Amino acid sequence: MKTFLFCVLVLLVILIGVYLYRVLQGPTIFDRVLGLNGISTKAIILLIVMGLYFERVDMFIDISTGYALLNLVGALAVNKYLEEKGAP
Amino acid sequence: MTFANEIPLLLLLLVTAAGAILVKDLMSAVLLLGSYSFTLSLVWAWLGAVDVAFVEAVVGAGLATVLFLLTLFGTAPKDTRLRRPPPSLTTLIVFPLLGVLLLYAANDLPGFGDPNSPASVHISPSYLEQSYQDTHTPNVVTSVLMDYRSLDTMVETVVIFTSGIACALLLRRQSK
Repeated sequence: MKTFLFCVLVLLVILIGVYLYRVLQGPTIFDRVLGLNGISTKAIILLIVMGLYFERVDMFIDISTGYALLNLVGALAVNKYLEEKGAP
Repeated sequence: MTFANEIPLLLLLLVTAAGAILVKDLMSAVLLLGSYSFTLSLVWAWLGAVDVAFVEAVVGAGLATVLFLLTLFGTAPKDTRLRRPPPSLTTLIVFPLLGVLLLYAANDLPGFGDPNSPASVHISPSYLEQSYQDTHTPNVVTSVLMDYRSLDTMVETVVIFTSGIACALLLRRQSK
């Protein structure tokens, strides 16, 4: 089971790398915003899998919930900025 | 290798940090800093420092993004320097030397999670054994922060409160 969870962890990190390519390379700002959102959802799942791996899910659930909430706040701030300034 | 499992995460950290410096559009730099904070807090969580990971997620990924965006509201969204000056000769010599020195010194640090390291034998055991009887708080970190070092924490709160007031004064909208 530990090996399986570790493989899932490695796979998720590789997926974050794929999203990161889009954030770094993205032609428009919207590609970057979507890439960041993808990274943060992967980070939430990664945290929960990490909690299963260390067998302390109860602590890691808290951080992942905080992540999800803050991700919403960040996305709202970015949208507000794009609404007022216009997409570059 | 003790830290072989962290290497993919550390590589992601390096890529995001370099990207945030090199990208021209400041908005993209803010987004890249957000992903940098996400990766950094994953590293903390992997090393077992769940509280630090939580703070990094709250402050780095959440608050800092919002604060940077508020700053961008009041300034230009583009990096207006046409080209960055090339690094000087001193920089090229001193910083690699500093890195080598730090790596050399890191050899003498105690191993990760070593129960015999000086930090683990000095006062930590008494905190771990007596904090519940002393403070009736189940979480040891909380009891150290809010009870044994409560004065320190109070002054830290004053500092954070002051900087919050300064940010609010600088970033407020001019009402006409």
